[in-house]
Amino acid sequence: MPEQLASRISTIITKVAQRPVDIGPDESLFDSGLLDSFALPDMVSALEQEFGIQVPDSDLTPRKFESISSIERYIESRR
Amino acid sequence: MAFFKGFGSSVPDHVVGNAEMSALTGSPVAWIENVSGITERRFAAENESVADLAVAAASACLTRCGLDASSLGMILVASGTAGRRFPGPALTVAQRLGLSGPPALDLPLPSAGSIVALALASRLAAEYGNILVIGAEKMSPVLALPPVEPGVAVLFGDGAGACIVSASGGIAEILDSAFYSDGAFAEDLRLEFDSPLKMNGRSVIMQASRKIPRVIQEVLERNRVAPADVDTFLMHQANQNLIDGVAKSLGVPSARFYSNIRHYGNTSAASMLIAAAEWAQTGGFRSGTPVVFAGFGAGFHCGALLARGV
Repeated sequence: MPEQLASRISTIITKVAQRPVDIGPDESLFDSGLLDSFALPDMVSALEQEFGIQVPDSDLTPRKFESISSIERYIESRR
Repeated sequence: MAFFKGFGSSVPDHVVGNAEMSALTGSPVAWIENVSGITERRFAAENESVADLAVAAASACLTRCGLDASSLGMILVASGTAGRRFPGPALTVAQRLGLSGPPALDLPLPSAGSIVALALASRLAAEYGNILVIGAEKMSPVLALPPVEPGVAVLFGDGAGACIVSASGGIAEILDSAFYSDGAFAEDLRLEFDSPLKMNGRSVIMQASRKIPRVIQEVLERNRVAPADVDTFLMHQANQNLIDGVAKSLGVPSARFYSNIRHYGNTSAASMLIAAAEWAQTGGFRSGTPVVFAGFGAGFHCGALLARGV
């Protein structure tokens, strides 16, 4: 279920950012100030653990992890 | 078998604090320190070249090792900011050290250049004898090119570091090394002719955070050394937050990673050897204890090397 997926992603982002996710699904996690560059590797590691996936180096691009929606699309593509 | 004989470094006299960089770039002083851990860096004089910095570091290294330049069998110079397309600074270094004959080769690799040069030297020392490895950079003219990019210009500094790798004994044995290249992200960190440095910071951080711990783990696992047993990690001084992140990935305290980025900024290919030279002056290798060198940079290239004090 997409809503469940988005919710699980939001939970991870909340943990990594150590603050509630208060932005829309298409808003940039970075431009909004929710995450900085150095939180990005932590978020990817948490996503790998949560969803049981391995993100290859070739997929480690900022665009894929820019927003909740883009992360959702990426996770779905890996299932 | 290959060994470290010793290290040396040279940085320009001119100290540039964050207030000066703030005036130049418009970036707030507190922001500069927060995103990078840098409080000051050194900028070379206009007439001071990459080769000048390299020669000064080489001379300091030879003095500390108690060696004469005539004992050198090869010179490797890593730099991403050589002053001309060719010939590179390695030949100038050789000529100014009074050497004619031994190969003097350039590695046009910023940042990761010194770890790659070290890994190559450790493999070549048996054939060429004492190999002088230098990382030297003059980043300041690049940073000043318009349009100045505030988030990039504040990160870098100038300087040079050097070491001698030898097959005939030294202060530490080089046990193993590994290095890799991945051209998929070549556009994310690049320096075109007469243009400012272009950097996709998020991409660099993502790739570095993955690739550096992985290559360190590879070398450690191959030699059955746990990260916790490593005495000191000497990593490319790119950013304090990145150094802290790599330490966290390996499960070791950040304090195990020697850091001087606060005082010099990111001196690219020079940084790891400048750090090693300072670290060596404050104690350095201890008998039987492992030390890891690691680097990452444009390309992306990355590498790690494991040594143990004799």
